[in-house]
This record gives sequence, structure tokens and C-alpha cells, in this order.
Amino acid sequence: MNVFLRRHLAAVRALLVLTLVCGLAYPLAVTAVAQLPGLDERAAGSPLRAAGRTAGSTLIGQAFTGPDGAPLRQYFQGRPSAAGDGYDASASGASNLGPEDVVDAAPGAPSLLSTVCARSRAVGALEGVSGARPYCAPSGAGAVLAVFGPRERGRVTRVDRVVSVNEYCPTRPFTATYRGVRVECRKAGEDVAAGRIVPVRGDAPARPAVPADAVTASGSGLDPHVSPAYARLQAARVAAARHLPRARVDALVAAHTTRPALGLLGAPVVNVVTLNAALDRI
Amino acid sequence: MSDTQAAVLFAGSLVVALAVLHVPLGDHLHRVFTSPRHTRAERLVYRAVGVDADAGQRWGAYARGVLAFSLVSVLFLYLFQRVQSRLPLALGHDDVPAPVAWNTAVSFVTNTNWQAYAGESTMGHLVQMAGLAVQNFVSAAVGLAVAIAFVRGFAGRGTGDLGNFWVDLTRAVLRVLLPLSAVAAVVLIAGGVVQNLDGAHTVTTLTGGTQTLPGGPVASQEAIKQLGTNGGGFYNANSAHPYENPSAWTSWVQILLMTAVPFALPRTFGRMAGDRRQGHAVVAVMAALALLSVTALNAAQLAHHGTVPEAVTAAAEGTEARFGVAGSATFAAATTLTSTGAVNSAHDSYTGLGGMVAMLDMMVGEVAPGGVGTGLVGLLVLAVVTVFVAGLMVGRTPEYLGKKIGPREIRLAALYFLVTPALALGGTALAMGLDGPRASMLNTGPHGLSEVLYAFTSAANNNGSAFGGLTTDTPFYTTALGLVMVLGRFVPIVLALALAGSLARQRPLPATAGTLPTHRPQFAALLAGVALVLVALTFLPALALGPLAEGMH
Repeated sequence: MNVFLRRHLAAVRALLVLTLVCGLAYPLAVTAVAQLPGLDERAAGSPLRAAGRTAGSTLIGQAFTGPDGAPLRQYFQGRPSAAGDGYDASASGASNLGPEDVVDAAPGAPSLLSTVCARSRAVGALEGVSGARPYCAPSGAGAVLAVFGPRERGRVTRVDRVVSVNEYCPTRPFTATYRGVRVECRKAGEDVAAGRIVPVRGDAPARPAVPADAVTASGSGLDPHVSPAYARLQAARVAAARHLPRARVDALVAAHTTRPALGLLGAPVVNVVTLNAALDRI
Repeated sequence: MSDTQAAVLFAGSLVVALAVLHVPLGDHLHRVFTSPRHTRAERLVYRAVGVDADAGQRWGAYARGVLAFSLVSVLFLYLFQRVQSRLPLALGHDDVPAPVAWNTAVSFVTNTNWQAYAGESTMGHLVQMAGLAVQNFVSAAVGLAVAIAFVRGFAGRGTGDLGNFWVDLTRAVLRVLLPLSAVAAVVLIAGGVVQNLDGAHTVTTLTGGTQTLPGGPVASQEAIKQLGTNGGGFYNANSAHPYENPSAWTSWVQILLMTAVPFALPRTFGRMAGDRRQGHAVVAVMAALALLSVTALNAAQLAHHGTVPEAVTAAAEGTEARFGVAGSATFAAATTLTSTGAVNSAHDSYTGLGGMVAMLDMMVGEVAPGGVGTGLVGLLVLAVVTVFVAGLMVGRTPEYLGKKIGPREIRLAALYFLVTPALALGGTALAMGLDGPRASMLNTGPHGLSEVLYAFTSAANNNGSAFGGLTTDTPFYTTALGLVMVLGRFVPIVLALALAGSLARQRPLPATAGTLPTHRPQFAALLAGVALVLVALTFLPALALGPLAEGMH
């Protein structure tokens, strides 16, 4: 047998042996250890028990919306989700949209900026606070202009035309004029790529009333947590919808808040899945 | 606690843990690869494989062993995926389509773990644990073996012997990766990572809706995914998925796992080279570059420049609440500094400059600390280049650890460093030149270029993380990225082994008054400088068009 064949035969055998050890014996042994009391529930996916049945997992976020997709007032809402149609645990994932994704592709295909602005407006309306944010128009779209005209070193020297790129006609643009020129709404199908894209910060407070985690999708789309700030914002609404004293709801929020491990790892977070389950048990 | 404090505590506690851990682990690795004795289990393996465990190999035989094992691995993993529907635990998934199966086979064998598929909707449990996870072990073991052989080249006494590949491979798995993974897997289960053989099951949620929850032997795979700097997620969302990474502390453990072996290897190197100070110099360079990157990435993410982050008031898009922005940024730095490529947040949604730091980490060639084995090799090849540069400055024949760096050595070292940039930039240029691949970009403008540049950089450096917006399950990307992964893995390995072989044939020269000391801070600083300058010269033009253009916006 020549050396070449012998070497590859050894490789095949080595792979088979290591597959038996690392690919079967090892995972099965770990699975066996995982059956030990204390580990078994976690290994099974930390099931959430509610009303005598398994109603999901304490680690996996759920949608707390009605059949029409509107948030249910008696439940704490989790973060926006990019997993499938929202909290689809068979399609985990993120939006993957970048920090300068600010121009809507078409009506109904919003940019990340417009998505954030629309969420902020909706959460503000639901919780009875201002949904205003920097770079967001009152209409709930991203406040971004396309400025047309001759340019020098990137700057438009003479403004010919200005379009509010995320506000489709007949929406009235968030600002009437830009550098003395009337701002137009965007016509359906209008290509604004030739214009210089100028996001407009506006006069929204630097610390908006709606927290950051309420307007952004998580990496997995299955995040079961919200920030304590977002939970506080929702507590009054949930208490009113359930006819519970606010203090009772606040105590439950505190009970479902995870502090940083050892006081130093991670951010404090509130698990809305277990929190809502606890509210249902009252 | 402010965000900055949180970032400092999270990263600082990791530094402390690594400072403690690298000593016993480095010593253990030294024992494992220098001990003349075989355990009973290892003898059984050698008998089954049919090799003489006590025969040494020259670099050619060693390299052919690596290539044969990897070739067989690719074929096996490809076929495994292609017939998965007929195997147990397939969970009703179809056979994986040929282009994706090829891409995945190559990706896992090359320790890249680039994923052109979503785990939960493509792979059955058997393929995950007996196919993909096995490569998580053995591809890391191959990296470790190559690094040890490379160090033997420096430590060699003129025989040309680099050790025995089959022995190094077996010991790396049985004495290092397997025991550590077993412990880590149980720790992760205690943290909430799932470990079962169940398929997906549908439940009625609190509001009466339905949700389909996946199962799987995740913890056992998660442990080696990080420890072996592999990075391929069981699920699509990788380490952002609550079933893979349920809490901030499991995330911390995962970062520790991916950096543990690469940061311990310089100590092993120092001991094998007979001068621990040489190891200290190497680990100092790794640590300095790593700290620079972790600081820069955290700073960029916490400063959150960019229109959307400023509208949000944080770089929160694509991050999990339990990790926070800082816990995500430190993970992103660790995963790209090593060759891991696991992600606990969506890098595509990072600020322009934050995403650029992640890319730069990979572009430095993943040497700070780099992948299991490959990181040490990369840094030592850089050290060879550095002594050459230093030798030119002072007009002396360059030598490193008593070995002369002659024309053959420097040619091999230079080629080693040209391969990955050529693949990364060439691949990006090709993709940007074709209409179809350009249409795969999710984002437009500079960010779109960043997506493609990131993909090819990640593949060429065998990292595997992605700007997830790019659609890569197209024939062009599965094929092109597959080829880039193969070449980015095996060409540098063969060059490194050839370099080691030629060093191993030399008898070490005694140090004289004219020898450049390579353990002093001066040399370490020069080495770090060479690494950064090489990267800057190579990649700045491409970065200027992508992340830099976006970040300066």
C-alpha cells in the first residue's frame, strides 16, 4: 500500500474514532449529567409554568399583543423583535440594519430610523408620554431631507430642491423650509439618491421619555428582558388595566428584576415573561 | 452604575481571570505536548488509527497529515449533511442543499464557522453534534497541533523533527479540549443553556398565541464552540440566543473560554523555547493589542455616533438587554480578536467605527490572541518579520531564538502575511465588480461595502462572524467564501510548517553581545508596531470607503 493511501486511511480512521468520542460519547454524557436535579429544568429549556401548563420558556421572550398586533394593555410589553413576525422562536435573528439606514425604500418599507421613530411614537402614545426623539419627525418618520443642487466638496452650494425623504405625499413635511427653500413631501416611487442626505436633529430632548430598549430590536429577537426604565414607564398602565395598586405592580417588577451577577457583570434587567406570568397568577 | 463603569468592570474582571488562568493552562499545555508517555486511551486511538506514535515527522509529512485529515473531514461533513434526512434526529429537516453543505463543511473544518444557514431551520441534532461539533473539536486541535509543531521548529536542535501530527491531534482533543469542554458545558447548563435531544415543540403562550421552542444538545456544543475559537451557533442568533447564552455571566464565561487557550499558549511557547521571558514578550504584545481593541470598541459603541444610534440615544439596535451595550462590545472585540466569530449582538447594526474595530481585529491577522494555535503562529511569524526589520536597521543578520532568519525564512514569513489580505481584498473586489453579489447587500452605500468587506475578511481570517445583513446563501458567496476559507486556512498553515521545518534543521546559535534581545519591552513594542503598520498599509484604502466613510459621516 502506498504512503498516500495509508495516510488518508489513517485520517479516515482518526476522524471516525474522534467522531465517536467527541460527537457521540461526549454530548450524550453531558446530556446524562444534565438530568441531575437542579440542572434538569434548565437543560430542558427553563419551561414557564402557568395555569398548570407549559406556556413557553422563562428565557424566551413572547409577544404580548392581541390578534390585531396591538399591545395588550394589561401586559408589560417586551422589546421589538426581528425574529420572524415577532418572537418567532424558530427564526431567531436581528434586523441587521446599519446606523445610517435613514432613507425609506418605499412606503411600507421603512428605514431603521423611521422604524425607531414610529416605535417611539407608538410607545409614547400607549404610555401617555412624549414619543419625541432626535432625528424623528412628529409624523413618526425619520426626519431626513434630500437636498438637491450643485455641490462643492460634498456641500450643496445652491439649494434647488428639498424633499423630506421619509414623508410620502400627502404628508406635510416636518419642516416648511430648508435654507430658504420650500420642503416637499416625497412622491411614491421617487428616487432621492441624487440628493445630499441630511438628517435633521430637531429639538427633541437629549433624554427621550421612551427608553432606548423600547425602540430597538434585540440581537436574537427573543430577548425576554427590558430595562428597569422601560418597566417603570409601563407600570402605571398595567396597574390601571388590571385594577391593581401601583405599589403591588412595582413590587412585582422588583421581584422580576435581575441584578448584575456579583454586582459587576451585565446590566440590571426585568424579565417581562415571568413578570407577566406572575401578574396573571394574581 | 454608569455604562463606562460597567464596561470597565466587565472587561477588567476578564483580564484578571485570564491573568490567573494562563499560567496553569499554559503549563498544562506544555506538559501535554512534551510528555513522552501515552495514556492507555491514547494507545487505543493510535492502534485504531494505525500510526506509530513514537515516529517523528519532518515538516512535509506533518503538513501532509494535516491536509489529509482536513480533506477527509470536509468530505465526511459534506456527505453527512447531504444525507441527513435519512439519519436519526433529523427533526424532519431536508438534506442540506449542495452549495450550503460545501460551504458549511469547509467552514467548520477550517475553524471558521461561517454560517450560510440558520441552525434551527436547517440542521438536525445528529449533524450538529456528530458532524459540526466534532469539527469544532478537531479543527481547534489541528490549530493547536500546528502551533506546537511550529514552536518545535524554534526549539529544534538540527534534526528537522516537528513531532507527530496524529499524536498532537489526539492529545489536543483528549487531554485539553474534551475535559475543559465537559466542565464548561455543565457550567453553561447551570446558567440555563439547554441540553437535550428534543425536537422543537409548540406551546400556547400567556396570551393564547403559539410559540415553537427549539431543543438540542446545545451546551455541549457551546462549550467547544467557544473553547476551540470556532464560533458556529447552534441557532441562527448564535450567542445572542437566550438558549445559547442566557445571562451576562454566561456571556462572560464564553468570552473567557474563547480567550483561554490562545492567551495560555505564549507561556507554553516560552517554556518549550527554554526561555519564559520570550513567552512574556509575546503575551504582552497580544494583551496590549487586545486591550487597545476592547477599549476602542467599547468607546465607539458607548459614544454611539451615527444617526440611528443618536436617535435611539444608544447603540442598542441588535444588542440584548441582559448584556447591555458594553457586554456586547467586549464580546464583539473578543470574538474578532480570537478567530471565534460567535456573536452575542448584531455587528451589522454597530456604529460605523465600532464595526470597523471588529474588522480591524480580524485584519491584524487575529494574533491578539488569535485562534487556538493559529494566533500564536501568526504572532511568531510577525516576530520573524520584526527581527528582519530590526536586523535591516542595525545591519546584522536577523535571528530569533538562536535561529538565523535567512532568505528562505523571510520569504515564507512574508508570503504567510500576504495570503489573507490578498484573499480578503481580492474577494471583496470581485464581489463588488459583479452585479449579482452586489445585490446581496442589505444596506446601501458605505455600509453595504462594509458588509462585503467584513464577509471576506472574516472568511479569509477564518473568523466566521458576519455583518448579518448580507445574503450569503447564493451560489457566488457559498463558493467564493468557501474557497477563501480553504486558502486562508491551509496556505498559511503549510507556509508556517515549511518555515518551522527550515528552522528545525538549523542548530541554534549561541547568543552574543550583538544578538537582538527579543524579550525586552523595546522588541515587544516594535512587534506591536509592525503588526499595526502592516494592517494599516494593507487595509486603509478599503476601510476608508466603508466603515471610515460611514463613521466620519
